[in-house]
Amino acid sequence: MKQAAIAFALLLAATRFVASAGAAESGAALIKEGEYLAKAGDCIACHSDPGGKAFAGGRAMPTPFGTLYSSNISPDPAYGIGKWTADQFYTMLHTGRSPDGGLIYPAMPFQDYTKVTRHDSDAIFAYLRSVPPVHQPNKPHELHFPYNNRQLILGWRTLFFQQGEYEPDPKQTAEWNRGAYLVQGLGHCAMCHSPINALGGTSEAKQFQGGLIPMQFWYAPSLTSDREAGLGEWSLTDIVDLLRKGVSNRGAVYGPMAEVVYNSLQYLTDADTQAMAVYLKSLGQQTPSPPAASGISANERSLLLSLGQSVYTAQCASCHGIDGRGKPPDYPPLADNQSIQMESAVNPIRMVLNGGMPPGTQLNPAPYGMPPFAGLLSDDQVAAVVTYIRTAWGNHGSAVTAQDANTLRAVPLD
Amino acid sequence: MRAFTGLACTALLLLLTSNSVASAQNQPASAVPTIPDMANRMQTCAPCHGAQGEGGKNPYFPRLAGKPAGYLFNQLLAFHQGRRHYAPMNYLLEFQREDYLRAMALFFSQQRLSLPAAMPSAMMPTTAAPAVLAHGEDLVEHGAPARSIPPCSGCHGARLTGMEPGIPGLLALHPDYIIAQLGAWRYGTRTATAPDCMQRVAARLTDADMTAVAAWLSSRPLPADTSPLPAGALRTLLPCGSEPQ
Repeated sequence: MKQAAIAFALLLAATRFVASAGAAESGAALIKEGEYLAKAGDCIACHSDPGGKAFAGGRAMPTPFGTLYSSNISPDPAYGIGKWTADQFYTMLHTGRSPDGGLIYPAMPFQDYTKVTRHDSDAIFAYLRSVPPVHQPNKPHELHFPYNNRQLILGWRTLFFQQGEYEPDPKQTAEWNRGAYLVQGLGHCAMCHSPINALGGTSEAKQFQGGLIPMQFWYAPSLTSDREAGLGEWSLTDIVDLLRKGVSNRGAVYGPMAEVVYNSLQYLTDADTQAMAVYLKSLGQQTPSPPAASGISANERSLLLSLGQSVYTAQCASCHGIDGRGKPPDYPPLADNQSIQMESAVNPIRMVLNGGMPPGTQLNPAPYGMPPFAGLLSDDQVAAVVTYIRTAWGNHGSAVTAQDANTLRAVPLD
Repeated sequence: MRAFTGLACTALLLLLTSNSVASAQNQPASAVPTIPDMANRMQTCAPCHGAQGEGGKNPYFPRLAGKPAGYLFNQLLAFHQGRRHYAPMNYLLEFQREDYLRAMALFFSQQRLSLPAAMPSAMMPTTAAPAVLAHGEDLVEHGAPARSIPPCSGCHGARLTGMEPGIPGLLALHPDYIIAQLGAWRYGTRTATAPDCMQRVAARLTDADMTAVAAWLSSRPLPADTSPLPAGALRTLLPCGSEPQ
């Protein structure tokens, strides 16, 4: 009997051991899942200062209303989220309110993160609790009057915030719904790829219609118009390549999108990238060409074109080809490239002035780059060559002026 | 006997392997993965630094060709991480991988141009007064012991062509560029791995010292052999994080 009791006790102990090992394993699995989801949400890009410690916050985020500083989301109990619960973390993502009930500025994309499921929120929270804590206080925001009054966020929320987890569309496939969940939720693509109005908001009706990113002076193209970055006419392979490698046979990512691919998209699985591609392709719609009107006379335009062609032949053709077809994916095509022709000429002008390199990714670790021509070309030459590439080879863009080039020359790069 | 030979071979192999690992750590450039077509990839740099890294007409676009790979890598990494501030470089390098930065550094360190003909910036005509040049020469060759300023040649070599892996050559650079770098160290907008020896040196230099050193260095002709000294040829006069001894 005594032996039986001991055996029972041992069995009990063994069961407990197995149970606790199982819990620890699922904890580790949850952290790993959370690490992946945190990459999909690109948390690190804003919540780390360049050269600083990961997730310690402090990155300056200039806005038209003043400068915001991202917060410390490392598990430090004093300055980070070390004392938070999983409930509080979910409430913050879902409602835009911190544990003390305070309103969070919408620079944190809770209008997108509200779509994240409770399970995914818990996984991200478990991961953030596992990273090294950083004992670094948050920097106070520097907002101009009257925007320094947090109560104004209430008005913003009334106009632009719709709370609620992603609801799958039963008419679509599981893959499409997974893509929509990632693009609309963690991916927070709408934050840049939608027009921002004077109140710093984005209306849902105009989601993914593109817009100039405030303070960065890069144009985030429309994801719905096939005249911009709408991907309706792209093959799924080219979309997947663009998201994961940073380059594709149709074009490369640059400007702020290079950061998104570098920190986030290159790490997503084949299945998730494919799902995003399927959803993004379905957003694309053929839109009628707006009249290529610009305030430039026919005479001036023909002068621009002849100067532009000579600049192109001397400086651009060796990589992009006389026929504008490039040598994709390393030298992107300019002919039939939406990013060159879209109504806003901001991006092509800035690429000529500042050059740029696609991000270094696991699948394209040593990208070819575009040299900066700001020091070689005058404003007239920049305007001429950009006008040329926007209208040659059947491209439907409009002419640009030397004044446009001059304005963008002065835009700071950092 | 055969077993013994096999064992000896294995031991030798192990020894060789551990040696090559050790040298890879000491010389980051030698561990660079081979990336094809670097000459075309590096055309991104050409409008400012020249097609072979010979330097541009603008004084602030320095020569890259022939500088030690370790020095170039440290600069690329500092631009990438935002520790060295120059927006156009930070912008281009922010989203590149460290292996690629190593390959870039190795590529430019291996460019051997026919000097000085290919280097428009070499031996610039100077308008500096003879007294200024003499003061510059004195600081470069002898330093100012009373003010704890070491001579440039003590670390950058008697030929001033630098030392592998981390110390750059000082010739064929525009005086404005040299002054700007010394000033950037003094004010902390350019930093190196701690201990930052050049920060300490620059902090002890007066404006007149900087002008004189820059005038003298930029007026020097290049020596026949422009290659940097091998690693460890000199013992640095101050502890330098970029050139561990």
